[in-house]
Amino acid sequence: MNSRRWLPAALALVPAFVDPALANGNAERGRDLYESRCISCHSLDANRIGPKHRGVYGRKAGSVPEFTYSPAVKSSSVVWNDQTLMRWLTNPQEVIPGQRMNFRVSQPQDRADIVAYLKKESGQ
Amino acid sequence: MTPSSIAVPTGPIAKGLITERRAFFRAAGAATLSATAVALMAGCESMAQGNMTAADVNILNVALGLEHEAINAYQLGAESGLLQQPVLNTAVAFQTHHKEHRDALIATIRKMGGMPVAEKPKAEYARALNAGSLRNQADVLKLAQRLERGAANAYLGVIPSFGDKGLAQVAARLAADETMHWTALTSAMGEMLPQKALTFGA
Ligand code: HEC
Repeated sequence: MNSRRWLPAALALVPAFVDPALANGNAERGRDLYESRCISCHSLDANRIGPKHRGVYGRKAGSVPEFTYSPAVKSSSVVWNDQTLMRWLTNPQEVIPGQRMNFRVSQPQDRADIVAYLKKESGQ
Repeated sequence: MTPSSIAVPTGPIAKGLITERRAFFRAAGAATLSATAVALMAGCESMAQGNMTAADVNILNVALGLEHEAINAYQLGAESGLLQQPVLNTAVAFQTHHKEHRDALIATIRKMGGMPVAEKPKAEYARALNAGSLRNQADVLKLAQRLERGAANAYLGVIPSFGDKGLAQVAARLAADETMHWTALTSAMGEMLPQKALTFGA
């Protein structure tokens, strides 16, 4: 089939699959969402119910030294990037079974905006 | 806005809350604890059927951590000397709700064979919440408003993760209490309520 031959060529133009929501991630809107959705458990600079978030983008899961993580997150080899964060916010249990967050964000655009905000606040 | 211009609802609801608080203290500890736990779990038929998992205990324990923080936030507010009546009474009434949430969660976690997460020292909450930066009554109300909205959203966002539907309903009831607090605080601060529907959760 012709399309078989064309597919690899077409894919080569796209470095990796990009979630359309992610491409439009709006850090400004992400800050408001973070403020209303995440703030009961997280802060950028203080460990609370969950670990502090500044620098989380690009970091290995479970690597804030003073925070007591679940054994599952502590021993995970997941690194937080666009894809892993999007999946984590969709359903954390599917990314790291045994995690303790369990909080989900149902709308893809909301997730993408929050990821853009975390990325920005991590200096990336 | 000057602190004295902040009006807090003091009608029958607020008075009722405060009476409830007295009853809570009169009943002192154990008796109230089991009564609240029974109320919380009424309708959780599935509990006997073993639908509850260690994952559900984890969710309840994170919720308990959030309630510990809320209780301490109101304590810091009450002790700050920045709150005047009737705001102070309302803050104490809301703190009492969070204590009831805490006791109900502890009882449920124990009943499920889990180990309830302990409260941290108050100074740790003060540091994490930056309590040192609170300068007036409006600052305290703003912090409480932020935490209550966050708590309502936190409960709504963990609902899909529960294995047990009875516990998911409990989370929804807790979210409703936090929303009630947020609404009262928002009115007290003279702010508009959201014009659009469905601003919580999702
Ligand atoms: C109900 C409380 C709660 C809410 C709400 C919550 N989290 Fe979490 N979060 C946690 C806990 C607890 C952990 C640690 C999980 C573990 O150790 O298993 C965590 C861990 C994380 C991690 C991993 C951090 C690391 O250092 O590896 C990320 C990323 C994260 N949360 C993002 C978010 C974002 C973004 C939001 C808001 C959309 C959010 N969380 C809302 C409780 C919460």
